[in-house]
Amino acid sequence: MSAHADNHAHDDDHGHHHKETFVTKYIFSQDHKMIAKQYLITGTIMGVIGVLMSMMFRMQIAWPEEPNVLFEALLGKWAPDGVMDADIYLALVTIHGTIMVFFVLTAGLSGTFSNLLIPLQIGARDMASGFLNMVSYWLFFVSSVIMVISLFVEAGPAAAGWTIYPPLSALPMAQGGSGMGMTLWLVSMAIFIASSLLGSLNYVVTVINLRTKGMSMTRLPLTIWAFFVTAIIGIISFPVLLSAALLLIMDRSFGTSFFLSDIFIQGEVLHYQGGSPVLFEHLFWFLGHPEVYIVILPAMGLVSEIMASNSRKPIFGYRAMIASILAIAFLSTIVWGHHMFISGMNPFLGSVFTFTTLLIAIPSAVKAFNWITTLWKGNLQMNPAMLFSIGFVSTFITGGLTGIILGDSALDINVHDTYFVVAHFHLVMGISALYGMFAGIYHWYPKMFGRMLNKNLGYIHFWVTAVCAYGVFFPMHFIGMAGLPRRYYTNSNFPLFDDTANANVIITIFALVGGVVQIVYLYNFFASIFYGKKTVQNPWKSTTLEWTAPIKHIHGNWEGEIPHVYRWAYDYSKPGHDVDFVPQNVPLKDGEEELQH
Amino acid sequence: MDLTQGTPQEKNSRAKKMMLWFGIISLIMSFAGWTSAFVVSSSRPDWLKDFVLPNAFVVSTVVIIISSFTFILAKRTLKSGNHKATMLWLFITLILGVVFIFNQFSGFQQIIDLGYNFTGPTSNVTMSYIYLIAIVHILHVVVGLFCLLVVIYNHFKQKYNSENMLGFELAATFWHFIDILWVYLFLFLYFVR
Repeated sequence: MSAHADNHAHDDDHGHHHKETFVTKYIFSQDHKMIAKQYLITGTIMGVIGVLMSMMFRMQIAWPEEPNVLFEALLGKWAPDGVMDADIYLALVTIHGTIMVFFVLTAGLSGTFSNLLIPLQIGARDMASGFLNMVSYWLFFVSSVIMVISLFVEAGPAAAGWTIYPPLSALPMAQGGSGMGMTLWLVSMAIFIASSLLGSLNYVVTVINLRTKGMSMTRLPLTIWAFFVTAIIGIISFPVLLSAALLLIMDRSFGTSFFLSDIFIQGEVLHYQGGSPVLFEHLFWFLGHPEVYIVILPAMGLVSEIMASNSRKPIFGYRAMIASILAIAFLSTIVWGHHMFISGMNPFLGSVFTFTTLLIAIPSAVKAFNWITTLWKGNLQMNPAMLFSIGFVSTFITGGLTGIILGDSALDINVHDTYFVVAHFHLVMGISALYGMFAGIYHWYPKMFGRMLNKNLGYIHFWVTAVCAYGVFFPMHFIGMAGLPRRYYTNSNFPLFDDTANANVIITIFALVGGVVQIVYLYNFFASIFYGKKTVQNPWKSTTLEWTAPIKHIHGNWEGEIPHVYRWAYDYSKPGHDVDFVPQNVPLKDGEEELQH
Repeated sequence: MDLTQGTPQEKNSRAKKMMLWFGIISLIMSFAGWTSAFVVSSSRPDWLKDFVLPNAFVVSTVVIIISSFTFILAKRTLKSGNHKATMLWLFITLILGVVFIFNQFSGFQQIIDLGYNFTGPTSNVTMSYIYLIAIVHILHVVVGLFCLLVVIYNHFKQKYNSENMLGFELAATFWHFIDILWVYLFLFLYFVR
């Protein structure tokens, strides 16, 4: 494959080889491929913790106040005689949300695949700053450790919900989890934000500056476009969360009243006056909403790439895909008010946010249709990565449709803070992004570890997960419409909700099966590192540059010269060629024209 | 401009400069967060409508603007190869930076003399915001001073010349940023009530 590249003058620097010790290779590595694996492993561990928590609180909802051996074993003093304590329930929900949104689906997803694919797919030796990249990972590691440590605080971990609204988060004496647990949460998240910013800065400047010759912006694979725009959203929105967190820390520890108003605790009047928690909600959701696109856009990029490759067809509407990514990114920063329709915001403002929110349906629909038309009449290769990609489109559409209801300020009032919302965001960003992540892992595992994942275990993993995901979240729409509020420790005290009890049991059973089947995946993942089938150079017959790099990782990615690029990333089944894919580094034949895309 | 062209060194130095610019964007966003919180909070009943900014803030605004100019002069003399003059201008910039921080703290003293503490029952939210925004800005100036010290050290070691001055340029860009940022914050606090 590199035969074409050899015709060119050697004007690139050669991969620099130098001796590496165990520490510089596996621990304090500055190589983007190793950092990607570190992100993935850390993210996986955090994911296991997050999923275990969700299984525990699902059991509590299904069988409230019943003794459970698992609780007694895992929760200790928080489950006297195996009955879950109400305080720890809220803490579990809080930490589950925090871990899954930030540590798994932001750092685990973006951190893994941006690091792995950006230099390999644009044709760069490494990130712009390998050192900052390493710092970024280790800050993420430290923040993960602090978040896990906060689980073992005597008064309990943070329990104000992952959105940490004041006053629960601003008054250390408000509840058990508001003390040291909340402090550690804030410290962990501050470090996390620093890590995420360093990573994002690296991704953005690497994509802009370090592309190989011929790799114009309109020849980039859509994965790179997605990571690039994701990083820009991160740079713009994460600092605002940091501003909000600083104001919150001032209120917590230094006695200002930015967010706190007149408040009593146990009959004692506190000195706070005049502050407004709604201000915190504004600042939080200015990050919080773009954050869900930080989660979903990388998954969209991965899915676009995998679908084109496994349909053996060019991606449908390449430019429309880029335009819709940009439109989603822009709109994501002006819709945060739709989280606050019943928070006491000006109703007129509500109608403005309804308008901007519903606009997002347009670029989202463009993407959904483009994925479906990419599949249309394709030569579909139904491997696990492809199945997860199709699953992504399915859950994205299902979750997106309920978004239209929730984005409408009048309709939202009926279902706000019920299980309807839980169903919506889990399908549209939780499960979808997880599917995108799984698809990416099945597809790029050979690139990461030089071996293949077991296909049959992959099928089991996909089909059980897919059935369970819908089994968990589909019934939630109905119990949500019946009015069941989210985050309640038990619903047995409200006769109104007795009818939902059976549905909750079914949901929990699906959740448990869906959680347990991930063991298949974990086994597949870790066993294949050592015993998986050895991969060939280009196992999926893809066109992008990462498959031209040697299977065995070397520092600098390519021996000798970096390949040059002559065509876009989606020359699948192009007429006039013997094979159904033409890699990007193959020059145009005589008389061949580049596809107008 | 085709950014795929250029030697690896050129690409890398371009990337480093751009990284600082994107970092500055994120810092701007955090200050946008605080100043917009300031605007939103100004509808509170306990908001001070007629506060006066301390005179020391005016002085420090002038000081930090001058320090930007001295940094520019340092860069000019570096380009023309006048080693000693560069060192002099860098030192003047450093001193002006320290004077700026000193001035900010005397500004805080003036606010305390008016009867407003940072926190607690004797505080007022308007003044709390002003304290907070000024203190966070001071933290950025401290970072700028660290960069300046590194630049002075490297210049002492004669590492910069008119071809190789990436570190110098990065420090200069950051210094101008914290200058412009303070001018923005000062005008913001002066005009927005």
